[in-house]
Amino acid sequence: MKKAFEYFIERAIFISGAATIIFVVLIFIFLLKEGLALFASESIRSFLFGRNWYPISDPPQFGILPLILGSLWVTVGAVVIAVPLGLAAAIYVAEVAPSWLRGILKFAIELLAAIPSIVLGFIGVVFMSPVLKYIFNLPSGLTALAGSIMLAFMALPTIVSIIEDALVAVPKSYKEGSLALGATRWQTIYRVMLPAAASGILAAVMLGIGRVIGETMAVLMVTGNAAILPASILQPVRTLTATIAAEMGEAVAGSSHYYSLFAIGIILFIISFIINLTADMLLHRK
Amino acid sequence: MVQAVKSLNLEVKSNEILGIIGPSSSGKTSFLKTLNRLNELYPNSRTEGSALLDGENIFRLDVQQLRRRVGIVFALPLPLPLSIFDNVAYGPRLHGSKNLIEIVERSLRAAAIWDEVKDRLHTNAFKLSGGQQQRLCIARTLAVEPEVILYDEPCSGLDPISTLKVEEAMQELKKNYTQILVTNNVKQAARVSDRTAFFLMGELIETGDTKDIFTRPTDKRTDDYVTGRFG
Amino acid sequence: MRNTQRTEKIAFLFMALATLIIIVPVGLILFIVLWHGLPGLSLEFILAMPREGMRAGGIFPAIVGTLLLTLGCALFSIPLGILAAIYLNEYSQKNWLTRLIELAIINLAGVPSIVYGLFGLGLFVTFLNFGASILAGSLTLSIMTLPVIITATREALNSVPRAFREVSFSLGASRWQTVRKVVLPNAIPGILTGTILGLSRAAGETAPILFTVAAFYLPRLPESAFDQAMALPYHIYVLSTQVPNVSPKIQYGTVLVLVGLVFIMNIIAATIRARFRKRKTW
Repeated sequence: MKKAFEYFIERAIFISGAATIIFVVLIFIFLLKEGLALFASESIRSFLFGRNWYPISDPPQFGILPLILGSLWVTVGAVVIAVPLGLAAAIYVAEVAPSWLRGILKFAIELLAAIPSIVLGFIGVVFMSPVLKYIFNLPSGLTALAGSIMLAFMALPTIVSIIEDALVAVPKSYKEGSLALGATRWQTIYRVMLPAAASGILAAVMLGIGRVIGETMAVLMVTGNAAILPASILQPVRTLTATIAAEMGEAVAGSSHYYSLFAIGIILFIISFIINLTADMLLHRK
Repeated sequence: MVQAVKSLNLEVKSNEILGIIGPSSSGKTSFLKTLNRLNELYPNSRTEGSALLDGENIFRLDVQQLRRRVGIVFALPLPLPLSIFDNVAYGPRLHGSKNLIEIVERSLRAAAIWDEVKDRLHTNAFKLSGGQQQRLCIARTLAVEPEVILYDEPCSGLDPISTLKVEEAMQELKKNYTQILVTNNVKQAARVSDRTAFFLMGELIETGDTKDIFTRPTDKRTDDYVTGRFG
Repeated sequence: MRNTQRTEKIAFLFMALATLIIIVPVGLILFIVLWHGLPGLSLEFILAMPREGMRAGGIFPAIVGTLLLTLGCALFSIPLGILAAIYLNEYSQKNWLTRLIELAIINLAGVPSIVYGLFGLGLFVTFLNFGASILAGSLTLSIMTLPVIITATREALNSVPRAFREVSFSLGASRWQTVRKVVLPNAIPGILTGTILGLSRAAGETAPILFTVAAFYLPRLPESAFDQAMALPYHIYVLSTQVPNVSPKIQYGTVLVLVGLVFIMNIIAATIRARFRKRKTW
């Protein structure tokens, strides 16, 4: 009797392991199922490179270039803000801060990580965009910059904690060797520890990018939702993710608009796959 | 893949204590762990040949049954994070035994530790001293009623008094068990074992009565090792 | 000599500044949410049904909806996640299948939440015909939470010393017996911590529930798993972008409730982790 139960539970264990693969495949299949239907009436070229996203006009146009650029602007902006800040903060927490402060800082960063993205989006709408509107004298504060700032905050906990782990993992002997030769702590950090932690830092950046590209709600709320080719970061934009969220409610099931949103999903799936794969390889190269 | 142990033939007599000596990395522990097929826990391990327990090839037996019949005491005291009672009862419980209280007392007595723990059977095993923990591990092994007990350098972390207590327990156990003791401490082997085998770099060099191995060994290398010219 | 020390002081100053730039807004955000949200929080707000198209009354159905979705997510993702982690850590060999499973987990962890929403729409709502329902929403959330649970469980399993397993095997235990009697019991606190943290993230997610379950104004409680439901994150989204003239008290109140829920779960998880570290006997 016991043997039978054990046999079944071990089967269940194996199936659970394999189930993860099945889920990934399922996701991809269902995205493809609806997304590829778009290309019956639309060419891949005009989808990927078309400059007009007018899905509800007649005839509809499904060029996602403005969306890709929107995602790109917002992502680049977020990375430009988050990486230097995150790197500096991670070094501070790992190497410079006194130990009593370290616990408080790590706690605060964990707090930031715990805040749901919808709340950050809400704060962004209510606070960040009026502030930007005032500072830059814009018609509206709902811009790519607002999105970048909010996304930077969302990505920061990830970036900080991974870089911190990478720094802590640097063998103590490197640090001690450098200090023993008379280098200051700062010199030790940028000449010895940062290069040693390089692949971890790169992985942190990639995971931060992944986090940012995949964010939907906050971006939807603060970037202004104009699916146009942005000329500057102070203009409203639309990202790939926000488009799906904003328009799926109105797309008729089975219409080419509906399919086009799934097609965007395919693009997002592929992008995130590449980014996360690369980050994982970087983290496990050691 | 590294070959840890080269071909060998070794006989173990019932109710004896067989000491296995040799410098580190001579394959003693690898060899020992094949005797209860514990080496199979490590991926990529390969064993060739046969080992007979009462005439049966251990590689054909059900491995769980084999490990009940051939128990092992490890080099570091390794209590499970349970009470003293539950540590000893762990094995019997696995196999469905019912009279646990009796089994636990019997095993703790046989390991010469009953008097020291009988009043605190339900305290956590980690609260015992190193030597007591090791004797607890012996009791734990005895609780499944093995026929053979393997020891992998059991006293390496212990002080001399605890070591003495473990060695005394081993002598007592001779009446009912066959024991194989791997040790880095040549003098311990001389004290405790009836016969001794000498391993060097994965090879079994020679086996014989302990008296002979230590006073007039056949192989010069054995002589060099037991007299301390190398090791 | 003095120059390098001055450089160091400047560098450290900048780094402290950067850290401040990150930390201060966190405190600010929490302060703002509390300041504006607390006045709106009353027993009535939490327990009453919404009225007047969400401009008055309470958010009870949204709270219930979020709790039900979180529960549903737990129901599906926890057993599956724990078993999958046990497979990877205790049973699998180092072969291509294992590597593939690990890659799949990484992939699942990185998929954008809106893509999960699309997937849920395609598979659960449409193909399996569950419709927009608590069932569809829970299933979608659970696949999204699966990698988090697997990773946390693996860490917890890994923290159990290898020696314990070897001891158990040497006494004649089978692999499952060893897992059940030695590994799992000592990994439970870590598993609990990681699971609760994962569920707290699921509770705060909006995108996966957009098309799979969420309704904005349902002034009644859901009656079955096939019903739609309100949910706190979706509620915040609509309140702040699509309903004109909503009193900020209601907006901030809802935000505070969600943040409070998520923080309570985080605190519970952290408490379990701290308690366990103290009690650990090895």
